[in-house]
Amino acid sequence: MSDDSLIRPDPWQMLRQHTRARIALGRVGSSLPTREVLEFGVAHALARDAVHLPLDTEALQERIEAVGFDVMQVASRAADRHTYLLRPDFGRRVAPDDVSRLRVAATAPGPDLLLVVGDGLSSLAVTRQVPALLAELKANWPDGWRSGPVVVAQQARVALADEVGEALGARMVAMLIGERPGLTAPDSLGVYLTWSPRVGCNDAQRNCISNIRPEGLSHAAAAHKLLWLAREAKRLQLTGVALKDESDVLEIGGDDAKMQIERP
Amino acid sequence: MAHQTTVGGFSFHFDSLRTLMARATPARSGDRLAGLAAETDGERMAACVCLADVPLKTFLEDLLIPYESDEVTRLIIDSHDARAFAPLSHLTVGGFRDWLLSDAADTPTLASIAPGITPEMAAAVSKLMRNQDLILVARKCRVVTAFRNTVGLPGRLSVRLQPNHPTDDPRGIAASMLDGLLYGAGDAVIGVNPATDSIPALMTLYDLLNEVVQQYQIPTQACVLTHVTNQIRLIEKGAPLDLVFQSIAGTQKANESFGINLAMLDEARDAALSLKRGTVGQNVMYFETGQGSALSANAHHGVDQQTLEARAYAVARRYKPLLTNTVVGFIGPEYLFDGKQIIRAGLEDHFCGKLMGVPLGCDVCYTNHAEADQNDMDTLLTLLGTAGITFIMGVPGADDIMLNYQTTSFHDALYLRKLLGLRPAPEFEDWLKRMQIMDDLGQVQPVSGRHALLQNLPRQLLTG
Repeated sequence: MSDDSLIRPDPWQMLRQHTRARIALGRVGSSLPTREVLEFGVAHALARDAVHLPLDTEALQERIEAVGFDVMQVASRAADRHTYLLRPDFGRRVAPDDVSRLRVAATAPGPDLLLVVGDGLSSLAVTRQVPALLAELKANWPDGWRSGPVVVAQQARVALADEVGEALGARMVAMLIGERPGLTAPDSLGVYLTWSPRVGCNDAQRNCISNIRPEGLSHAAAAHKLLWLAREAKRLQLTGVALKDESDVLEIGGDDAKMQIERP
Repeated sequence: MAHQTTVGGFSFHFDSLRTLMARATPARSGDRLAGLAAETDGERMAACVCLADVPLKTFLEDLLIPYESDEVTRLIIDSHDARAFAPLSHLTVGGFRDWLLSDAADTPTLASIAPGITPEMAAAVSKLMRNQDLILVARKCRVVTAFRNTVGLPGRLSVRLQPNHPTDDPRGIAASMLDGLLYGAGDAVIGVNPATDSIPALMTLYDLLNEVVQQYQIPTQACVLTHVTNQIRLIEKGAPLDLVFQSIAGTQKANESFGINLAMLDEARDAALSLKRGTVGQNVMYFETGQGSALSANAHHGVDQQTLEARAYAVARRYKPLLTNTVVGFIGPEYLFDGKQIIRAGLEDHFCGKLMGVPLGCDVCYTNHAEADQNDMDTLLTLLGTAGITFIMGVPGADDIMLNYQTTSFHDALYLRKLLGLRPAPEFEDWLKRMQIMDDLGQVQPVSGRHALLQNLPRQLLTG
C-alpha cells in the first residue's frame, strides 16, 4: 500500500504532449516517486538487452533483395559482442577474407553511392528501419548513379564502411547503422556519408543524419536528406564540416552530438 | 629519459616519461585499448613509485608530444608562467602531492600557482592520489567566472539545463526548459544539443532560447552546441548568441578530427565578445571534453587518455571559459568500462581542471552499453558535490531522448543541493525566489497551475 498524498504532482502535465522527455514526473520531497524509479529501471533493462540482441542477417538479406538491391554479407574483425564493445578498432575493419571477396566483386567504374548496413549498437534499429529506408532510396535514386550491392556488416562500426567503399572503388559511401540505444529509443538508425572513402578517414570528413525511426526522422525525410547531401557531396567533391546543410528541412541529423567523439 | 625500479623482487623498466605516465595510471579500458596500460598491478605500482621521484620541472623539458608537431604542446610551453611555478619548482611529483594536501596549499595559494601548472604535472600528481585526495584538493581550488550570473562561488552548485529534443521541435524544447526552470535548474547555461546542422534551423533555436530568457528575465545564458564554424556564421547572420560552444581535445590532431584549431577558437571568442551580451562578466566560452576522445580520433601519440584530457584543459584555459564540462561516461565502455572507472575518471578530471584554474563541471553520465547504472551515477554525483564541482547537467528524468544516454536529472540536482546545503548562482537564486520557485532555505516550492511561468507560456507552446 502506498500513500499518494506524499507525492507532489507537477501541474504542467499538459506539456507532456510536446515531448517524450520525462517531464512533470512529480516528486516526493525533492526525489523521484517510486513508480518513476521503477519505470526508469525497466527502460534501462530493455535498452541493455537491445545492445546484445544479434542481427538476423539472413532475414535482412531477403528483405533488402525484395526492395531490389543485391546483397553482400561481411563481418568485422570483432569476433563477438564482448570483443566488439572493448575493441572499436576491430569493429572498424573488415575481416581479411571478406576484404578479398569485396575486391574480387569490385567493378570499374565503381558505385557512385555505395550503401553499407551495420548492426552497430542496435540490431533492432537495422531490422526495423533499414528495409523501409532502402525502399525510399530506391524509389528516388538519382538518374545515372551506380549503386553496387548493399553490403551488410556484422559487429560493425561507422568507419568499417570506409574499407568497404575503398575495396569496391566507391566514390562515396553511406553507412546505415544502429545507434546506441536510448531509454526511449532503442531502435534509432543513423546514417554517415563519406566522400572518397578509404581506411583512415576521420569523423570531420563525414556528414551524419541521426534518429531515423517513425517517431523521429521519417524514412522518407531521411532518404530525401541523404540524397540531397550526396548530390552536394558530388558537386563539391567532399563531405564533412565543409559541407553545410542549408536546406530548409528542419529534421536533419547533425554532426555534433554530445561530444564529437565515438560513433557507434 | 628512461626510468626503472624494483617492486617485490621484480624489476621494471620504463623507456620514456610518456610510458611511465601511462603505466602509472589507474586501470581503464581505453589505455588497454591503446596498448599503453600496465600489464600487472605490480608494474602499475612500480610506475607510481618511479613517477613520485620525477621532478616537476622535468615536464617542461621532456615533452610527451613534440613541440614542433603539436600546437597544444606549443600552447602549454609558450604560456607557462614561470613565476607562478617558482614556489613548486623544487618539488617532485610525490612531493607535489604532499604539498597539495598540506595546509600551506590554501585557496589563495592554489589560485596563484595555477598558471604555473601544466596539464602533464596535474595529470602526473593525480595518478598518485587516491579518490579522497582528489576530492580534498579540488575542494580547496576556487574558479569563479561570470556572464549573466556568477558561477563557481563557494557553497554553490550550478546546473546546465539540457532540454534536448530528437527533432529540435521548439515546443518540445520549451516544455523541457519549463520543467527544468520550475525545478530550479538552468543557472550554468541553458544549452541545447541540436539534432540539426542546418543554419536556418539553428537560427530558430537561438531565437527560441533567447526569447524564453528575455520573456522571464532569467539571469542566465544560452548556448546551442553546434560546430564552432556554424556559430561564427550564425553570429554573422545576427544570431543572439551568448556562449560559444566547442568540443575540444588535448592534441592538435584530435582537434583537427573535430574540424577545429586554436585560431578558429580565437576567432569565435572574438566574435562572441564583440556582441557584449554578458552583464556581470565576459566569460563567453563553453567547452566539452572527455577522456578517450584523442584515442578515438587515432591522435593520442602514445599518451594515456587521462593526461590527454588534462591537456584539453590547457586548451580551455586559454579562452577563459565560463564553463568546461567533462562528459565522463558518454564515450563508452571501450574507454571507461564500468562504474568504477567512470567514477575515478570524473574525480581525476575535476581535480586536474580545478588545479589548472578551469571552471570544471561534469556530465555525470553513462551509456546503455557500459557496465554502469544509476547507483554509480549517484556515487559520482555525491563525491563531486563534496569536491565542489562547479556544475552538473540537468535533463528531465535523467534520460536524454536526443543523445540516447543517461545523465543527471533536475531531481538529482535538488538531491545534491539538499544533501550538501548548496545554492544556485546568486543572481539566479534571487530570480528563483522572486518567481517563488525556491524559498529562503533553498528548497523548491510547490507551484500551482497559476504560476507565472505556466500562465504566461512561451509563444512556441501556444501556437501548437
